[in-house]
Amino acid sequence: MTMTKRQLMASTAAVLMLTGTAGFAQNAVPEGTELAAEQTFIYRVGDESPSYDPGKVEDVDGADVVRDLFEGLYNQNEAGELVPGVALDHTVSDDNLTYTFNLRDNAKWSNGEPVTAADFEYAWKRAASPELASPYAWFIELMSLENASAVIAGEMEPDALGVTAIDDTTLEVRLSQPLPYFPQMLTHGTTFPVLQSNVEEFGSDWTRPGNMVSNGAYVMSEFVPGERLVRTRNDQYWDNENTTLDSVTKLVIADENVALTRYLAGELDRTDVPAGQFPRLSEQYPQQAMSVPEACSYYYMFNLRDNGPEEFKDPAVRNALSMAIDRDIIVDAVLAGGQKPAYYFTHWATAGFEPPTIPMADMTQEERNAEAKALLESAGFGPDNPLTVDLVYNTSESHQAVAVAISQMWKQTLGVETTLSNQEWQTFLDARGTGDFDVARGGWCADYNEASTFLDLMQSGSGYNDSKYVNERVDELLATAKTSEDPNVQYTEIEEIIAEETPVIPIYHYAAVDMLNEQIKNWPVNNFEQNWYSKDLYKVAAE
Amino acid sequence: MFSFILRRLAIAVPTLLILVVLSFILMYAAPGGPFNSERPLPAQVLANIEAKYGLDQPFWKQIVNYVWNVVVHFDFGPSFQYEDRSVNDVIAQGFPVTLTYGFWSFLLAVVVGVGLGAAAAIKQNSWLDYLAVGISIGAQVLPNFVMAPILLLIFTLWLGWLPGGGWNGGQWEYLVMPVIALSTSYMASIARITRSSMLEVLNSNFIRTAKAKGLPMRRVIFKHALKPTMLPVISYLGPAFVGMITGSVIIDIFFSTGGIGVFFVNSAFNRDYSVIMGITILVGALTILFNLVVDILYAWIDPKIRY
Amino acid sequence: MPAYSSDAERLIEVSHLAEVQGRSLWADARSRFVRNKAAMAGAFILIVIAFFALFGQLIAQYERDMIDFTLIGANMQKGVPSIETGHYFGTDSSGRDLFARVVQGTQISLMVGIVGALVAVIVGTLYGAVAGYAGGRTDDVMMRLVDVLMSIPFMFVLILMLVIFGRSIFMLFLGIGLISWLDMARIARGQTLSIKNKEFVEVAHATGVAPFKIIMRHIVPNLLGIVIVYATLLVPQMIIFESFISFLGLGVQEPNTSLGALISQGASNMAYGVLWQLFFPLGFFVLTIFGFFFVGDGLRDALDPKDR
Repeated sequence: MTMTKRQLMASTAAVLMLTGTAGFAQNAVPEGTELAAEQTFIYRVGDESPSYDPGKVEDVDGADVVRDLFEGLYNQNEAGELVPGVALDHTVSDDNLTYTFNLRDNAKWSNGEPVTAADFEYAWKRAASPELASPYAWFIELMSLENASAVIAGEMEPDALGVTAIDDTTLEVRLSQPLPYFPQMLTHGTTFPVLQSNVEEFGSDWTRPGNMVSNGAYVMSEFVPGERLVRTRNDQYWDNENTTLDSVTKLVIADENVALTRYLAGELDRTDVPAGQFPRLSEQYPQQAMSVPEACSYYYMFNLRDNGPEEFKDPAVRNALSMAIDRDIIVDAVLAGGQKPAYYFTHWATAGFEPPTIPMADMTQEERNAEAKALLESAGFGPDNPLTVDLVYNTSESHQAVAVAISQMWKQTLGVETTLSNQEWQTFLDARGTGDFDVARGGWCADYNEASTFLDLMQSGSGYNDSKYVNERVDELLATAKTSEDPNVQYTEIEEIIAEETPVIPIYHYAAVDMLNEQIKNWPVNNFEQNWYSKDLYKVAAE
Repeated sequence: MFSFILRRLAIAVPTLLILVVLSFILMYAAPGGPFNSERPLPAQVLANIEAKYGLDQPFWKQIVNYVWNVVVHFDFGPSFQYEDRSVNDVIAQGFPVTLTYGFWSFLLAVVVGVGLGAAAAIKQNSWLDYLAVGISIGAQVLPNFVMAPILLLIFTLWLGWLPGGGWNGGQWEYLVMPVIALSTSYMASIARITRSSMLEVLNSNFIRTAKAKGLPMRRVIFKHALKPTMLPVISYLGPAFVGMITGSVIIDIFFSTGGIGVFFVNSAFNRDYSVIMGITILVGALTILFNLVVDILYAWIDPKIRY
Repeated sequence: MPAYSSDAERLIEVSHLAEVQGRSLWADARSRFVRNKAAMAGAFILIVIAFFALFGQLIAQYERDMIDFTLIGANMQKGVPSIETGHYFGTDSSGRDLFARVVQGTQISLMVGIVGALVAVIVGTLYGAVAGYAGGRTDDVMMRLVDVLMSIPFMFVLILMLVIFGRSIFMLFLGIGLISWLDMARIARGQTLSIKNKEFVEVAHATGVAPFKIIMRHIVPNLLGIVIVYATLLVPQMIIFESFISFLGLGVQEPNTSLGALISQGASNMAYGVLWQLFFPLGFFVLTIFGFFFVGDGLRDALDPKDR
């Protein structure tokens, strides 16, 4: 069972361009398509989401639901580019600190009331307020809204937040620093509007079906926590005409093998492919099994704290362990889902990123193994003095399979003894945060589609740098990259330093591996962040 | 009898208190709070959340508050993990589900188990006996986490007769597989116990006398043998009940029924203190109540027992 | 998880009869046990399984944690059980020799069962003997405590403990031990109550032997028969218990394994054409539990003259 929630990725693509004709979203269904009589879509998630309140939603599955129920200023299209949502367009002041959004006048709440700029103002202030204590309040801070930190800390009233409704269709936003990818952040659930009268009427019960008033293409019509959530078409939605699916059902199925059985029995339209099953399924169901790049990197980190284990302070030891991992086996045999072996940290498909040349990547595994042995020997480890490693990972079948395989690679190639310990998510985070490990599993998903979202982890002061890796040159390069004309120069150098010093061992770059009913069309396979909107999907008649 | 019930109820109070304190201490001792996340939350956000749930208070105050709310208001507090819902909501939604399939499983296990066991005993050493013994031994040791996926493959994937999971308000087709998976091993145990108990009773002097008097066999069994046969079965019901509640974890995982089992496991893995405590206390209270019922039933059937 | 409280209750009854008859009873019991075919078959199975667990590693062709990297991902074709490749039971989904893993799984499962039963025997017997011998208020308080503990949903508490303090064999033993001794304490107490009034105990008491010494010297040895029978029935219960914990992913740490963990992995791959991953561990699991059932039942029946 995988109990871990994937953390949300803030949706911030680097491309700043509105596509589509402003105000008139196009109907996705090509002419002459024969649609299925029942326009339904049923998909599986592993566990229940903590909340479907836009201000509080914190996991990927919850965000998928919230994107259907509510609509923010902008949406993403199939390729992950921005398209108009409630906002038609915006203007930016010369100092890049003030954004003025021009809202459409035909957007409506599901109770028929118009969606106004004031609804956004209220929602953002609510999300930041200590009173709501949202775990995603930090997102408002990440957006660099004026006074965000002070409001979250309770030092200022929420009213001081840099967002103001000028009139019903004009929203003004003031930032504390220029943020080139600010508009991209607006496709994220935390920024979606909520209806003040609705929230105040029902208090914390407002998110229940029957109570909830929403402005997206769908409304929540049934919700049995831990079992199912059904959303049906919102006939007040401004673009209801071009919405095709009538109902979308999310089923909670804890066991992925059971989910696959039910998918094959025709009960589901979409489910995850269990590790190792992709080759078989794609051969049997070539139209249904799909694997597309997903914006995350999988890696192992060393504990480099001053009071940490001595043996891993030697880069030769770390390098040896990295070299001895046969990534092709992990990717092709253990996971077998179209993931790519990683020799550098940033995901290869990140927008604008030029993959660096890492010497290790061009070697054969035999050469790497030989080099690894030599390195470990030079560091003074051998049969008489074997290296031992404590490897910590969080409970999940696939993390376990990877850990077991890697521990054997270390053993068979280098004679290293590994103690595996899998821990529950919260315990694991605690162990990793306090440095109670030699080597720990890590996974990092992009907050926005640009390389710095990955490489910032190597910054010595970063809160996410659980290795506690410190390298002044890296810090300097990261700072330069923010204003650099071609940041790839800096990124390449950073990746080279990482490859040389190996504070982390990049293992593979993720792919999203799913079974999708071939009748469901228009799935956004090119959306690197895997943000999908039910309103863009449609179901064709069975052949 | 009445004072016995009172005494048993009086024990329930300290039992529940011990349960509350024990689980509270366990939770408190846990490394990593419920709000850890991969991106460490800004200190201020974390502080806001903790204040909201009263976690910033000293230990003794937290526990006193908790017990007070539970006892006086029957309020288990807000869920940490499911932010928009209270523990009472979680229980109110999951518990009827567990109770429904638990009830049917229990009924099926007892009725079929006793029937099978009694039939096997009456026709001792016949093919029926061997069949019953064979089935019950096999069923007793097959773990239900093996049974559940087998049922799914057969009835959902191959035959397509039953939906592979979900609850849908408890329609019968959603109940079949959970009930079978949950009840089988208990049914087998009950059949085994009934059989050996019945054999013992049938060989006892008073049944022999009854038979010697020429009473018809059916009458002997229903009038005289059945009641004493049930005694060991009844004493097995208590443990069977506890086992079924625990087994609901597996049912919920495989059949996505949304009962309290899966909420419990998820909360334990996610440090949702209040849900864990709510469910633990509820299950504890239910166990006590059920054991009491079993004891009363036992005393009612067996007049020799004095309390 | 089936529980066997009724076995415990029956044992209490049986034991009342057993102790009256003294030494000759044991001889009778032995001959009755030997005549019981199921029990003898059970004993035989257990001996074979114990041999398998202890010496299986000697005939295994591979280390239990050794991965054959050419086999991962090609399990369905190349990992099938075969004498030729030396993978007698095939390989698991990580390309490790299943035979060697089943050997180790059997070891761990037996160990969990036996240690759980041992804890029950030691703690439960002493607790019950003390309570029964002391009698009066002490007995009352001690047995009320047992009642209280029995109402705690221990499986839930154990899950919590494993989640919170991290999984380890020690934690598993502790948790299982915590649960298992309660029934044993009840049985031992009931038995003690009747032994306590025997002449030899009263003589010892009159000559001023210290109470603890009386318990250790005179009472505990007389409890042993029934305790052993109950312990035999407790072992399979503990093994089933462990398999549940393993299913939840809270059992022993990789690369170590138990029958429960192997079965759970096998069951999740059931639909993927590698059924041997389920059948071999499940077979050993079922046989082990049958063995203990039959032997336990046989021992009980042997001690119970009523059935004749």
